[in-house]
Amino acid sequence: MARLLRWESVLVLLLVAVAVVGSVRTGGTFLSGGNLFYLGLDIAEIALIALPLTLVVVSGEIDLSVASVLGLSSALVGTLWNAGWALELILPVAVLAGALCGALNGLLVTRLGLPSLAVTIGTLALYRGLALVLLGDTAVADFPASFTQFGNTPIPGTRIPYPILLFALLAVGFAVLLHHSSFGRSTFAIGANPEAAWFSGIRVKRVKLILFVLTGAVAAVAGIVYTLRFSSARADNGNGLELAVVAAVLLGGVSIFGGKGTLGGVIAGVLLLGGLRNLLILDDVSTEVLTVVTGALLLAGVLIPRLLGSRYFPAGRKT
Amino acid sequence: MNASTVTRRGVAVLGMALLLASCSGTTKDSAGQGPAPQATGAANPAAPVKTGLKMTFLPKQVNNPYFTVVQQGGEKAAGELQAEFKATGPSDASASSQVTYINTAAQQRQDALIMAANDENAVAPALKTARQQGMKVVTLDSDVATDARDVFINQADSRDIAVKQVELISQAVGGSGEIAILSATANATNQNTWIEIMKQELAKPEHAGLKLVEIAYGNDDDQVSFQKTQGLLQAHPQLKGIVSPTTVGLAAAGRYLSSSEYKGKVALTGLGTPNQMRAYVKDGTVGSFALWEPNKLGYLGVQAATALASGRITGAPGEKFTAGELGEYTIGAEGEVVLGPPTVFDAANIDRFDF
Repeated sequence: MARLLRWESVLVLLLVAVAVVGSVRTGGTFLSGGNLFYLGLDIAEIALIALPLTLVVVSGEIDLSVASVLGLSSALVGTLWNAGWALELILPVAVLAGALCGALNGLLVTRLGLPSLAVTIGTLALYRGLALVLLGDTAVADFPASFTQFGNTPIPGTRIPYPILLFALLAVGFAVLLHHSSFGRSTFAIGANPEAAWFSGIRVKRVKLILFVLTGAVAAVAGIVYTLRFSSARADNGNGLELAVVAAVLLGGVSIFGGKGTLGGVIAGVLLLGGLRNLLILDDVSTEVLTVVTGALLLAGVLIPRLLGSRYFPAGRKT
Repeated sequence: MNASTVTRRGVAVLGMALLLASCSGTTKDSAGQGPAPQATGAANPAAPVKTGLKMTFLPKQVNNPYFTVVQQGGEKAAGELQAEFKATGPSDASASSQVTYINTAAQQRQDALIMAANDENAVAPALKTARQQGMKVVTLDSDVATDARDVFINQADSRDIAVKQVELISQAVGGSGEIAILSATANATNQNTWIEIMKQELAKPEHAGLKLVEIAYGNDDDQVSFQKTQGLLQAHPQLKGIVSPTTVGLAAAGRYLSSSEYKGKVALTGLGTPNQMRAYVKDGTVGSFALWEPNKLGYLGVQAATALASGRITGAPGEKFTAGELGEYTIGAEGEVVLGPPTVFDAANIDRFDF
């Protein structure tokens, strides 16, 4: 019974409600293959970044620089493309640059003991600034169709966008990492009580550093997806996206204080936010109402589990 | 696994990536361009005008006063043409924020989309997909890549704007005297295009009496434009007129002049909105100024969308269509339609406009 009342179950119920209301309100368009394809594309970057960020938040830290890493990755792709580099080389270099951004975040947090909130607010500005140094307000758009089609066309014979396939593969990887590995158990332990974790032999700094590096790398991957999806490399790509990702992670039931959360809940949270937004736009609800509804849903997501008490909503496992 | 192992493996992976990339690479030079865009089908100017067409208006962002006026013009035309017209859009004007709304319009099987683009490239893939599904795309105010839309409604031709401003300042100073230009930023493309054409106009014999003594830049900032106006008047005691081809500059210069000893002595004209300039026209600081009418832009956009969706035009150069009370238009090179010469506002007509 307690399992049924978990916050993740509530999210799934809400998802079903959105799907039902959506198909009734829009005469079936909401659940049509075409619309679900665009819905998948729409949430691709948020969904990708939410995966590693879930682990970061479970470990008791936060990374607000993710959208800036996305922008820096996009600007780097554009700059190197203009310089005549091959895309096959540019893409791994961009991911490596994202990992380096993550490493800088991680080193500042673990080696200097600075709070991740302050560090990543700083690097949020730093990485976006570097992106602007690279590209300024110009856009690079002349990427070959053989690459941009990965961002815009479904996998042949299906209605599944390529970025969602990438997300599914990474989601399996991160789910195994968080919920079925000793690394994941260490992550929960660190988030629950870093000192206890350290005394029980967990290399707290090492785990956190790896998590930041992973987040930077995946944010850079999201930057590549974004660039190819819009055929447009720009320094301001993904501006403000960090709030959407953090919102999805919190709605997914991950505790901002660390130690609690599930990847399944976060994925449900991403789908719920994306699905609701898609439904409201499709139903011609005005942008103002859209913003209000999203904000209210997030508040509910953080408030309800807390109001009802952890007895009914033990949001995720505590290991 | 210790740190040096991690480093070694990282270097090995990077090395392999470099090796792979050097074997076969897709570079800027090797990437071919796609097939050239073509207008689809043939136009039938005699085709009946369809009613009940579903149209979406997508401004750069919602709650932007300029686009609210454009929308009102669109609504007027949609009323005359019995089309369903609705406006939707993002709350921020970022490059990619319109894409969701383009896809939504396609899902809603809209017959036409009328939009002002935030970014000429980021919206192009979504527009191309929507066009393949049969949706007609009209851009106005800000264009997209030419193969991503059917028709672009340009608010005004650069030459029309520049020539009109020289004409207005010449009238205002009585055909002779020192004049100055108060522009936006030194590298604003549209401003510089206009200024270049204005210089050519001023070089003509009929404007021999006018002498351009300085081009000042107010950076489209109210305070800076205000100070630059002050500076122009101090630096050139003989100055008879100022042209400010930017709404921010014109309003700031109007505010300075109206409260100074130069009011009524130094003429001011340029590009501005009636609501911003009304007080200065009424108190005699400004005789006349110009701008296109945004509501006509929306009106023409819906008219063009209807002609496209009815099959009367395809967007090919040379095709003609009638746009209700605005009369007949001809599609120019690259599917561009120019709204027309700018409208001149003065004390006699300014109260008829609200934008």
